[in-house]
Amino acid sequence: MVIPDFALNAPLAMQVTPADWPGGYWWHWLFFTIIIIAFVLIMVMGVIYIERRGMGRMQSRLGPNRTGPFGLLQPVADAIKVLLKENIVPATADKVVHWLAPIIAFSPVLMIFAVIPFQNGALLADLNIGILYIIAVSSVATVGVFMAGWGSSNKYSLLGAMRNVAAIVSYEIPLALTIVGVIIFSGSLSMNQIVVAQDIPYILVQPLGFLLFFIAASAEINRSPFDLMEADSELTAGFHTEYSGMKFAMFYLVEYAEAIAMSAIITTLFLSGWRGPFLPPWLWFLIKTLVVFFVMVWTRTTLPRVRIDQLMALAWKFLFPLALVNLFITAIEVIFWPDISQWIFVGVNIVIAALLVILWSKLFKIGWGRLEV
Amino acid sequence: MTTTRELVLNTEPFLLNIGPVHPSTHGVYRMRATLDGEVVIDIEPVFGYLHRGIEKLMEERSYTGCIPLTDRLDYVSSMTNNLGYCMAVEKLAGIKVPEHAEYIRVIAAELQRIANHCLAIGAMLNDAGALGTPFFYLWREREKIYDLLEMLCGQRLMHNYMRIGGVSQDMPEEFLPALKKLIIQWQRFIEEFDFFLKQNEILIARAKGVGVLSRELAINCGISGPVARASGIKRDLRKDDSYLIYDRFKFDIPTGENGDCYDRYRVRIEEMRQSLRILEQARKQVPEVPAKAELPHLVHPPAGEAYAHIEAPKGELGFYIVSDDSIAPYRCHVRPTSLINLTALREMVRGWKVADLIIIFGSIDITMGEVDR
Amino acid sequence: MTAALSAEEIISQLNDKFPGAVEEAGADSVLVKSDSLLAAAEYLKTAKGLKFDYLNYITAVDYYQYFEVVYMLTSLENNHSITLKVRCYTRDNPTVPSIRGLWQGADFQEREVYDLMGITFEGHPNLKRIFLWDGFPGHPLRKDWNQ
Repeated sequence: MVIPDFALNAPLAMQVTPADWPGGYWWHWLFFTIIIIAFVLIMVMGVIYIERRGMGRMQSRLGPNRTGPFGLLQPVADAIKVLLKENIVPATADKVVHWLAPIIAFSPVLMIFAVIPFQNGALLADLNIGILYIIAVSSVATVGVFMAGWGSSNKYSLLGAMRNVAAIVSYEIPLALTIVGVIIFSGSLSMNQIVVAQDIPYILVQPLGFLLFFIAASAEINRSPFDLMEADSELTAGFHTEYSGMKFAMFYLVEYAEAIAMSAIITTLFLSGWRGPFLPPWLWFLIKTLVVFFVMVWTRTTLPRVRIDQLMALAWKFLFPLALVNLFITAIEVIFWPDISQWIFVGVNIVIAALLVILWSKLFKIGWGRLEV
Repeated sequence: MTTTRELVLNTEPFLLNIGPVHPSTHGVYRMRATLDGEVVIDIEPVFGYLHRGIEKLMEERSYTGCIPLTDRLDYVSSMTNNLGYCMAVEKLAGIKVPEHAEYIRVIAAELQRIANHCLAIGAMLNDAGALGTPFFYLWREREKIYDLLEMLCGQRLMHNYMRIGGVSQDMPEEFLPALKKLIIQWQRFIEEFDFFLKQNEILIARAKGVGVLSRELAINCGISGPVARASGIKRDLRKDDSYLIYDRFKFDIPTGENGDCYDRYRVRIEEMRQSLRILEQARKQVPEVPAKAELPHLVHPPAGEAYAHIEAPKGELGFYIVSDDSIAPYRCHVRPTSLINLTALREMVRGWKVADLIIIFGSIDITMGEVDR
Repeated sequence: MTAALSAEEIISQLNDKFPGAVEEAGADSVLVKSDSLLAAAEYLKTAKGLKFDYLNYITAVDYYQYFEVVYMLTSLENNHSITLKVRCYTRDNPTVPSIRGLWQGADFQEREVYDLMGITFEGHPNLKRIFLWDGFPGHPLRKDWNQ
């Protein structure tokens, strides 16, 4: 195969293919694109099963157990059902916006997977600005959600979309700040380098950062206890009330694909990605991602939902100041003691995290009260 | 805590129809809510979607034939509806109920009270967003109560068990041992359930201080039941206007102080505990004598009128019966507990947000069958 | 708890304060004239020793010659109760003064009596039909209503 000139003599960002990859740039790209799309789609089915069955067992009921052995083919049945449904568009809806919204919501999620390392060096593009790319791209999905809420010409959808936009924009900031804490320790923005630098998993070195990131990530992807964007018992499905058929499937896919993406990011940033003894690295990656996702399912089943003003108060009054304090302490540690063993940091940081969380939760009040009308 | 709101942006309120078909309206209840963003400014309730003309139907049926109609009033707790009606007719006709039947009635009524509070608490937490986990746990226990009630009368839901002058059939032999087992299981369950939810941060943030019903307003509106007791009114018809044989049992009346959603939740949990106490005492004291007085087949009370009220799980349920010496009531009026409890809803929700509206409405615990009759 | 005052004592107190208003006195109910209903109700609510602050229910019965509107009041602190009755003898547009100003709990119940029996309550701020739709012909709970 003729390798095009621009691939050989391209600027740095394009020379992302490892030198020993057979076939060069385009085969590498094709291979990983197929792997990512297959991974996302199959994992979505897997996590849908884990969620429904896990949630069912935690609620002392069975969960799906009829389609296939142990209900394993349930997501397949869901997919077939959703593909065969009629596509209903409300008459007064804005047709173009309504049609575009699922696409705009879904594409960024797939793009996130381009920089997540499955193995050492095994990613679609080892960008040296990896994590920054993720933060940038994941915000675009909000636009899709807002278009969905507006284009449905339904007051419930609009309420849901407005809540969503407000919440996601607020939670970007603690998300980004805790990532900076990780970057200070690892010294590089590239996702692969972050994993390589984790001799001790960063969940121990940055316990406060992990906690804040987990909460902010749950809020970003609309999972309980922050799922008021699609609060079933209040707004009958929020911004995707008016969607049916394949478009609804796209939104459903977006929710779970984002959950997998966030779990994968947490694994990479905090749980030392693909590193681990005995098993092949991609298997470690898979196991860790699924464990993080399981914790998300666990919190979803256990906790009730917060209200929108409590959500915003949590972001601005609790997560944001704590993220700043975390960043400050991390920076001090790295500047003044760059050479000592990281285990000392582990001890100190765990104590500081516990103190800060307990102190802060006593100090401030969540939410307004009743307004005078 | 109230805050005044300066309208920085020029906004206009819009009308949202929280319609008869909605996952959280406990039946077919419609509210036309005027919202300013998320804040509820006014609500206008619309009733009548379940109006079946039960009071008119009762005028055409014999006294005993009206008992199945009373089942369908508060369809969640049929035993207590039957009990209220039978007590009213017995007061009118001067019929005395044998002691054994009174014990069975007390046991059935207290079991029904526990079952009703299961539904009330589960539905309120479901509205708060706890995605069904507490609801399923409570429902699992409620099924055990249904098994007992099925042993008594053969029906799980529309019991049609009480008759004028007693009950329709005596307890089977396996009833009392099963009751003993149930009380032990339930005492353990209540402790476990209460422990899970009492200190849950999110539940406290959602329910404490929300939807306060002041004592004066509650008295003026005629509110009764757990809602009134949570607002500080210490009135329980089992003690204040004692009926059946409740004066033989020792139990407390739980009251709350603030009248918010959290207090209503706690009052219901405490009432379940007190009902278990009554059940334990009743089980030990049941005498061994046949259950139904010897009555003519058609009850034919003399002309006159009577009003009898009981402490139903939702509040004061009363029946006002006028008789003109024929086999059917001349007029039978049901004091609609849920309709009267809804009188204060407007004052309770103004100034709160949509999410609070749903949880406040859930905490009042109404059944549309009783509202609309 | 036993009742503080029995029905006869309450009725006699009412009779002393409003002579001529009481038409009949039953075992635990008292029939008052329709134009002295508001005054009697307010006296019952506020008088020391009576203090009927809790409205149990409002309903109406159609005896063919007259409509009888029945109110039951309870005093929470004294734990006694009394039933008040009012009659209206016309069938075309029977009216009774509304007690919604005294007890807010009368709001929905008076609307229900208006809807199903056709008795108008003067002074009720929002007297519309509550269960049936606005154009419904007639008032179903009346004895002479046929569908």
